[in-house]
Amino acid sequence: MAYKKRLDGRKFDEMRKIEAKVGVIKKADGSAYFKFGNTWAYAAVYGPRELYPRFLQDPSKGILRCNYNMMPFSSKGNRVRPGGSRRSKEISMVTKKALLPVLDLTDYPNSVVDVFIELPETEAGSRTAGINAASMALADAGLLMKDLVSSVSVGRVDDKVVVDLDYSEESYDGGPVADIPLAMIPKSGELTLLQMDGLLTKEQLKEAIEMGKKACNELYEIQKKALKDKYVGGSNE
Amino acid sequence: MWVVAMNEDLKKHVVTLLESGKRLDGRKPLEYRKPVKVEYGFTKTAEGSAKITIGETEVISGIKMEVGTPYPDKPGEGTIICGAELIPMSNPKFESGPPSIQAVELARVVDRGIRESKTIDFSKLCITSGEKVWLVLIDVIPLNDDGNLFDAASLAAYAALQNTVFPKFDGEKIDYKEKGTKKLELNNVPLAITVCKIGKTFIVDPTTEEEKVIDSRLTVATLEDGTLCAMQKGGDIPLTASDIEQMVDIGIEKAKELRGALKNG
Amino acid sequence: MSKILVKNKEIVVPGEVLAEGMDNLPGLGTYRAGEQILAARLGLTYIDGRTIKLIQLSGRYTPKKNDTIICKVMDINFSGWRIDTNSAYSAMLSMREATSDYIQKGADLTQYYNLGDYVVAQITNVTSQNLIDVTMKGPGLHKLQGGRMIEVSPYKVPRIIGKQGSMVGMIKQATDCRITVGQNGRVWMQGGADSELLVEKTIRKIEAESHLAGLTERIQKFLEKETGKKLEVGSR
Repeated sequence: MAYKKRLDGRKFDEMRKIEAKVGVIKKADGSAYFKFGNTWAYAAVYGPRELYPRFLQDPSKGILRCNYNMMPFSSKGNRVRPGGSRRSKEISMVTKKALLPVLDLTDYPNSVVDVFIELPETEAGSRTAGINAASMALADAGLLMKDLVSSVSVGRVDDKVVVDLDYSEESYDGGPVADIPLAMIPKSGELTLLQMDGLLTKEQLKEAIEMGKKACNELYEIQKKALKDKYVGGSNE
Repeated sequence: MWVVAMNEDLKKHVVTLLESGKRLDGRKPLEYRKPVKVEYGFTKTAEGSAKITIGETEVISGIKMEVGTPYPDKPGEGTIICGAELIPMSNPKFESGPPSIQAVELARVVDRGIRESKTIDFSKLCITSGEKVWLVLIDVIPLNDDGNLFDAASLAAYAALQNTVFPKFDGEKIDYKEKGTKKLELNNVPLAITVCKIGKTFIVDPTTEEEKVIDSRLTVATLEDGTLCAMQKGGDIPLTASDIEQMVDIGIEKAKELRGALKNG
Repeated sequence: MSKILVKNKEIVVPGEVLAEGMDNLPGLGTYRAGEQILAARLGLTYIDGRTIKLIQLSGRYTPKKNDTIICKVMDINFSGWRIDTNSAYSAMLSMREATSDYIQKGADLTQYYNLGDYVVAQITNVTSQNLIDVTMKGPGLHKLQGGRMIEVSPYKVPRIIGKQGSMVGMIKQATDCRITVGQNGRVWMQGGADSELLVEKTIRKIEAESHLAGLTERIQKFLEKETGKKLEVGSR
């Protein structure tokens, strides 16, 4: 059976409707939100700030901490119990590893930059939305970054390679499916996040990554515009 | 941009200002920040949701409905369960981890205001007596905390209930993906107003800075006709009976004003 | 052929290409990658001949030697006071640097500066590990009492002070308030209740409109309208 048309009518290389805004949490040092369709991630950055307990401190540079959290009412199914899960711990970790390579925290020894990602609404692609929001929030916080980080899920639904899978595609039962969240440094094309679950051939992976790169370059332009919109003309904190 | 505490000087400063009827941001003592905004249904994954903005304080509330077993002493009634998470994103003072006593108090005060008002007829939440009832799970989460979380959270929870729709239930399983058509019925409009005492003056809607110097607070939840349905005193300084009487009057008055901000779902 | 691809005073984001070719030089906040010069943070471009640098627009305060800052006393020990600088690093005020008076050994240090006191201090040293020393000996360095404090973005401080203090001077003139602006983003003001509120409103307006042209004139008009006073600009 071939996947002739996407379930929501999108083109195979078309992402869901995107919304990005910077400077949305007044108390934070940097903040942003990012939406892929009905998946909505807020990110707030606090730091650099003092880090306790002392044994966590690194005298050569500041450290980055990421915390990914789904709000109790954010899932399409049952209420999500607060307090995190193994899944959210893993996502927190891969998010940190996705963002750290672009950051230069050598000016801030012994301190910490905290990134909090909170999702009021999730429908597939939550970690990628989180990374896009976090990357804008880090820039908004004035940190040294050689580039932003852009993130999207690519994957495979039956015989087609697609970008930004939604929930119906992730749970598609008419054929094999693979979900590949990835994150990229736009200028160099290097990947800082790559995960996969499902079934996939080598060739499909290659095609998926190419599609992902193209999508990430589009995302960079969107993130760039959202950052500039906060500072040019608009409200200026 | 925030006004920062200056130890006891801040308290003295605030008290002096209040004696001439002014607050740090120029408001009158019983004036709420403007605007008070209500945004309904901002998240599609919840059965009901709302976002409240009071000044720079933003709180969201989402409702999830689940089917559970009733309490043994109330076999024909469903119930509400309130949770509050003070996420570190909203205020650098909040830490990750299990709920602090501040979060627990917030959740319980919001719960009491809604439960005791009987705005939801719990018997209408019954599916099969003694076996299956609807549980209305209310969660409130601040996005940005610039003070007065009690009022913002209560307002958010109530506004979220206003657009709550039962999910589809076939008797055995809930299908969350299908939005049901039956709206949650609400009988009246409970609202919580927190009145704070600083020195000899009463204020409402404190900002984060004012919260640092309040002597005590009284959160009063009322129905539209002025009947009280829940109260909570906080803060370290005792209140006299006369204080309480005045604060209750203010609570009833202000609730009337704030009800205007709520449309019908 | 070298080319600068951005205008002066343009907002750029990390990774944005600012120039191509080997003739241009990467200044503060930028870096070279191959033939290109790229932005290393969100910032405002400043082109000086062949050098492109970025002015930081946001973020927390980074302590610098000789900055005058407003700090809060957090802790007192035998040798002095530990103070909060509104950055990721606290600073040390030693007994020797606290005051021109002679402090006896074993004296009660809270008599000088107590927990929670706010002081205007000057940074004398910042080590590579960001350990900070400050002094309170010097003109304009003193404990603050009364009045109110607000926090602003440290990157707006130059606009709030103005060229040679002209902006803050204008606000002082209009409101008759004492105002101290710390490089670390703390601003203290003291005057009547209404005057202090006007100072705060004015500073908030400066923060919001700092990127627009004609700021000084607009603030002057605003203050004249609010106070009914005619102001002389350019005086301190």
